[in-house]
Amino acid sequence: MNYDIPAALGQATLNRIQVLGRSGVFLWLCFYQAFIPPYRISRLIKEIEFIGSKSGLIVLITALFTGMVLGLQGYHTLTQFGAEALLGSAVALSIIRELGPVLCALMVTGRAGSAITAEIGIMKITDQFPALEMMAIDPLKYVISPKILAGIISLPLLTAFFDLVGIFGGYLVGVKLLGVNEGAYFGKMVTAITFTDIYGGMLKSLSFGLLIAWISCFMGFMAVPTTEGVSRATTNAVVLISLSILIVDYILTSLLL
Amino acid sequence: MIRVENLEKKYGSIVALHKLNCRFEEGEITVILGGSGSGKTTLLRQITGLERPDHGSVFFEGLDLTVIDKKKMYEKRKKMGMLFQGSALFNYLNVFENIAFPLREHTKIADNVIKTIVTMKLEMVGLRGTEHLMPSQLSGGMMKRVGLARAIVMDPRIIFYDEPTSGLDPISTGVIDKLIKDLNTKLNITSVVVSHDIESCFRIADRIIILYYGDIIAAGKVDDIKNSKDFRVKQFINGEPEGPIPFTRTDKNYLDEILMEEE
Repeated sequence: MNYDIPAALGQATLNRIQVLGRSGVFLWLCFYQAFIPPYRISRLIKEIEFIGSKSGLIVLITALFTGMVLGLQGYHTLTQFGAEALLGSAVALSIIRELGPVLCALMVTGRAGSAITAEIGIMKITDQFPALEMMAIDPLKYVISPKILAGIISLPLLTAFFDLVGIFGGYLVGVKLLGVNEGAYFGKMVTAITFTDIYGGMLKSLSFGLLIAWISCFMGFMAVPTTEGVSRATTNAVVLISLSILIVDYILTSLLL
Repeated sequence: MIRVENLEKKYGSIVALHKLNCRFEEGEITVILGGSGSGKTTLLRQITGLERPDHGSVFFEGLDLTVIDKKKMYEKRKKMGMLFQGSALFNYLNVFENIAFPLREHTKIADNVIKTIVTMKLEMVGLRGTEHLMPSQLSGGMMKRVGLARAIVMDPRIIFYDEPTSGLDPISTGVIDKLIKDLNTKLNITSVVVSHDIESCFRIADRIIILYYGDIIAAGKVDDIKNSKDFRVKQFINGEPEGPIPFTRTDKNYLDEILMEEE
């Protein structure tokens, strides 16, 4: 029995490494296929619409209320030190550096990531991948590559949108509701934010976009072709992507600071 | 047209195909018959290149499909069509777009010509007027017919059918059988049909191959199979519950297993 535990642990570790290797090869093949003709521009635009444009409303609401809460909390903390003029820079820095990329990615994971895994899993159950193969069309190139590229393109755009709306939310509460000086709100913001903050935020959102598309596609592609298998893959994908986003966020923050 | 030589496929320790040799002649309908788990679909997946066999070759137009690269395989696949068991229609496209899909992907044919071709194919399968419907709005038989229209839209030289009549009512089965036969006689398309439907098989087949746990136990014209002296073939085509083909999947004695559990 004692002998079985290390053996089982070793086997489990080997299995994990194997899955990691497969996911790496999967990503490489998707990128490779994306950059050899014929290019799937219309597929890419459709995927950007699905991941990006259709996530717009949910991102708008999340960003607006996040900015408003930051405005409210920031104001009550800063007034204790008589520094409410710094509200603009506090809201903007929190959103641009951290909350924008992370919350936006988590929202897109819940909306688009789960849908991508389910879609690919169902395509697998219903033999649509072999059907594409039989029509001499590479399923990775046709189905997966546009989704991965769309994830990488959409997330920075959605994050920029989140940042703008979030700052506006803070403005609504701080300036319009609580009476912080408008000039101070934007003036301090402009001086406090550096190029590194924006670059860091965008780098994070780009990485999160890749993570969302990569993991959701891979989990769908590797799903056991049963209804239970697809449901489990969808749940696992959302959990795994969310955890990966938080871990990668810490790693990138420590590298950028 | 297609020649299979010493084809072998294993999944772990299970031998799915055991050194198979067979031919699929041009312009003929060959039906691969066999019970569940006999290796019919596995054979079809090796022939079409959807899976690579462990050993052996599949020759199509002089090329061994088991060793050629992806580009050449895709060139060959443009001459093939396949009707999947579940039809494998794209659920995000309507009937028209499903059928037009291979044309849009592989040709630069103008939209009005595509429309004409799709209408012709839909007329062949008796579904003209359903262009706007989504796959979820179709019955099982209609889905198979749309799948068939998509399989023939590029005018292939050979069509593979994976269980084309499974789960269909007798009338839909008859319609699909007639379509397979018509495509073969009118367009001279070679057909390979995987099935376990004996009646349907005798209606359409020119030649029959019977598989039993990865081995070919009989091959020949319909009359050869009907008059076969092999007890396994007789049991299969007559659907007899008792005979050399066991119903149970294990060699273990039932009584021993029950008593062992009680101990």
